[in-house]
Amino acid sequence: MQKSISISNGSPESLGIEHKRIFRNNKRWSENIIKMLLTLAGIVSIFTTIGIVYELGKESLLFFNLPGVTLRDFLTGTTWQPTIGKFGVLPLVTSTMITSLVAMFVAIPLGLGAAIFLSEYAADKTRKVLKPLLEILAGIPTVVYGYFALTFMTPILRGIFGQDNVEIYNMLSAGLVMGIMILPLISSMSEDALHAVPRSLRDAALGLGATKFETSIQIVFPAALSGIISAIILGISRAVGETMIVAIAAGSGPNFTFNPFKAAETMTGYIARISGGDLGYDTPDYNSIFAIGLLLFIVTLVLNMVSRAISRKYREVYE
Amino acid sequence: MKNPVNLFSSISYSKDLHLENRQKKASIWKALFRLSTLVGVIVLAILILSIVNQAFGLVAFEDINDRNEFISTSIIDVPKTELIQLIENNLNKNRVRTLDTEKPLLDRSKSDLIRIVESEVFKQRIVDSYPLFQSIFTPNEFKSTVAEKYPDAIMEFKSWFTPQFLTESMSKTPELAGVRTALLGSLLLIVITIVVAFPLGVSSAIYLEEYSRQNTWLSRVIQTNIDNLAGVPSIIYGILGLTIFVRAFEPLTSGRFFGYEGANGRTILAAGLTMALLILPILITNAQEAIRAVPNSLRQASYGLGATQWQTIWHHVLPYALPGILTGTILAISRALGETAPLIIVGAATYISKDPSGLFSNFTALPIQIYNWTTRPQQEFRNIAAVAILVLMIMLLSMNAVAILWRNKIQNKR
Amino acid sequence: MTNQTSKQWAIETQDLDIFYGDFRAVKNVTLKIEPKKITSIIGPSGCGKSTVLRSFNRMNDFIPGAHVKGEVLFQGQNIYDPRIDPVQVRQRIGMVFQKPNPFPKSIYENIAWGAKINGYKESLNDLVEECLVKSALWDEVKDQLQKPALSLSGGQQQRLCIARALAVKPEIILMDEPCSALDPIATLKIEDLMRELSNQYTIIIVTHNMQQAGRASDFTAYFTMDTDRAGSMIEYGVTSQVFTNPTNKSTEDYISGRFG
Repeated sequence: MQKSISISNGSPESLGIEHKRIFRNNKRWSENIIKMLLTLAGIVSIFTTIGIVYELGKESLLFFNLPGVTLRDFLTGTTWQPTIGKFGVLPLVTSTMITSLVAMFVAIPLGLGAAIFLSEYAADKTRKVLKPLLEILAGIPTVVYGYFALTFMTPILRGIFGQDNVEIYNMLSAGLVMGIMILPLISSMSEDALHAVPRSLRDAALGLGATKFETSIQIVFPAALSGIISAIILGISRAVGETMIVAIAAGSGPNFTFNPFKAAETMTGYIARISGGDLGYDTPDYNSIFAIGLLLFIVTLVLNMVSRAISRKYREVYE
Repeated sequence: MKNPVNLFSSISYSKDLHLENRQKKASIWKALFRLSTLVGVIVLAILILSIVNQAFGLVAFEDINDRNEFISTSIIDVPKTELIQLIENNLNKNRVRTLDTEKPLLDRSKSDLIRIVESEVFKQRIVDSYPLFQSIFTPNEFKSTVAEKYPDAIMEFKSWFTPQFLTESMSKTPELAGVRTALLGSLLLIVITIVVAFPLGVSSAIYLEEYSRQNTWLSRVIQTNIDNLAGVPSIIYGILGLTIFVRAFEPLTSGRFFGYEGANGRTILAAGLTMALLILPILITNAQEAIRAVPNSLRQASYGLGATQWQTIWHHVLPYALPGILTGTILAISRALGETAPLIIVGAATYISKDPSGLFSNFTALPIQIYNWTTRPQQEFRNIAAVAILVLMIMLLSMNAVAILWRNKIQNKR
Repeated sequence: MTNQTSKQWAIETQDLDIFYGDFRAVKNVTLKIEPKKITSIIGPSGCGKSTVLRSFNRMNDFIPGAHVKGEVLFQGQNIYDPRIDPVQVRQRIGMVFQKPNPFPKSIYENIAWGAKINGYKESLNDLVEECLVKSALWDEVKDQLQKPALSLSGGQQQRLCIARALAVKPEIILMDEPCSALDPIATLKIEDLMRELSNQYTIIIVTHNMQQAGRASDFTAYFTMDTDRAGSMIEYGVTSQVFTNPTNKSTEDYISGRFG
């Protein structure tokens, strides 16, 4: 459209023709200003990313420039005790891994089971009731889940496995509740993926005398696999970045252990505790939260990018 | 399932024997799938019940000051004038003046005066509490424990959810504490968040959907960037808010630049700006979806009449997309209302009893209050944490209900 | 035909009504399908041809609210008998759909899958070959059995879907407009194949294409929509007779292309 106007506006002098202007000049200042403002609004989000990368990077550099702190010790050390100058991030990483692992043990089977039920089995009426209920679960603030973990899940676990075996703050309780929190994410994304599988594939399988179960698991599920994997990866990323549940229920104080019954602080829990405390700026403890934040940012960013790359693939197949 | 009769005789291979097992397997798995869906719903129910469980229940009171030293009869029989005297004689002058300016003592109802006398003169304190379901099913257990530990205590069924809980500010004593400061903090916080995030988010969405259709490198970068930001953990936004809004922009966010006596950058303005950045990607994505749902024929009709692009957007696209955009905004805001981690990082105060007075005041918010009370060891704080959760959840649910009803209404109209 | 009560029909319906919720989509279908012959169902759009076809192997079960009144007899037994397992029905009565719908698996897996889930014990390789030969696809794909089925052309995919149906060893094959998405050459190949298969199988085909029904089928059933929007069968007989000498005016109009 713009092109055709610019042709009619093309310099008449150069062509040597007396040209009467029919069309207005293609310069609408107000339109251009509006477009510029909207573009600027779009760019704000880029500045957010730049801000995150710049600040985390800068403050992390300050941390690694502290005497006695090296990147190698940071990534391989198994003791995190700033008071004696030990900055090994592994205890925080392992507890993050364990809580996330427990969460995924809950969220993957339940989430996929729910997705298959809602997409393949449930009647319209049932789905209309169940889906909003699961959506409520997704909308509950994480601090409430934290409360639930500490006041409900932990006492139950201590009742089952014994007061002496399970500490008041423990990774298992936080992980289980985190799994419930992530369940709706996995179930709704996987359901979308299953839903995108064309009806004709199901008909083909059922027409061959397959049961509904065989059709769902052997035909529909594999056809939706990339969407499902992308949902799971996004779930993992959510678990790694989750703060409040672990801050409340998993315990404070780094602890290099693989025992889920024990208290151990995660990366996010550590950041929350240190920044919520009264430590002054520019102490080693305080600076360390940026290095951990950077690590957390990189891990979740990579997970999210992988998840989106995979889900794009399945969209290409069926859209 | 019913025993299937094999009605077909000529069998080419042994598929029919096999079938029974397959059907059995299929029905077991179906039950498992249904169960996993139900687990979600059941946990939701348990979660809500466990919070309700903590919000009501039996409590044991004890007076710190022996009430017999003040009155000789039961407090209900004490006349109003005597109650006022008790308050004036036993509380310090400042407190009496505060109470009087809130509402003159003479105008107060008798039950209100009794409440003040009991809590401030006798210093009646809760010494033990018991959750709802145990209070109903095994009250005697509690009674015997209390009788043993606190022989003078009075037992009573208490709803921790009281009107005072909404109107009182923070206190070190759980039964006197309320969420007014936190509630006002949360409300002001989301107002700031909306004011900043809504125009930015809608503008970005318009840019991405209407102006960058030709898929320029800039729009691709912005789109990818928004998708990535949506997955960044909220605690990282907290760190961003801390470094940028609290520290780098301190003169602005503390209000010193505007001649305001701000102490530091840990203000509600800094928190609101942080929240705005946090919900921006969600808001943009929701608004994009709403704009994308506008039928193209509408745009073409407008262009066909000689409208400019902006006229088309302003007069046709936006009005059509507005309900969707607003619903998406409400959902984004409800996310901001429940977020805790970024507020901790940005530095919400955990103990503050002064209402937020403006953009540059220190603040607390509902989720922060819940977090703070949850982490205290005393049972009574868990009780009030549960009530604060109920308040928060009621706010969230009603916001979401409004959004959903609204969406359905609009959809039905079209 | 009434005196042939002892005859074993492939499929027999008596006053069959098919409903979607409260809406009666098809009414009063009384139809006897000749075994090992090709029967075509023709009629204008929306007259319930596909609905009737899908009721023959209970594929309508998956449409919420769909139900039937009346009986569909297969070898003398009502497939809607509550004691009957619909899965078993679909093993015995296979189906080929309008658009080729191979599974996103290899060619080999597409054919073997149905047999595998049905507990086929003999050599799958032989079965795959047998079915591909029967569906006239073997020569084209024998060197690329592990290639994804979706890489085949549309016509090949549809023959693969026929081969896939054969692997379950059905007695009847239902075909729901199997050529509507194919070019004329691929269509002819499928028709040849149907003729070939009718030596062993009963074939019922729904088609929009008059010529196809005329040249490829032995019997023809003509459906039309009644004033209450329910489809019903108004003509049924040997194809040549239905085409040359229809008893009903509406059939004649449709066949000669005056409407539909």
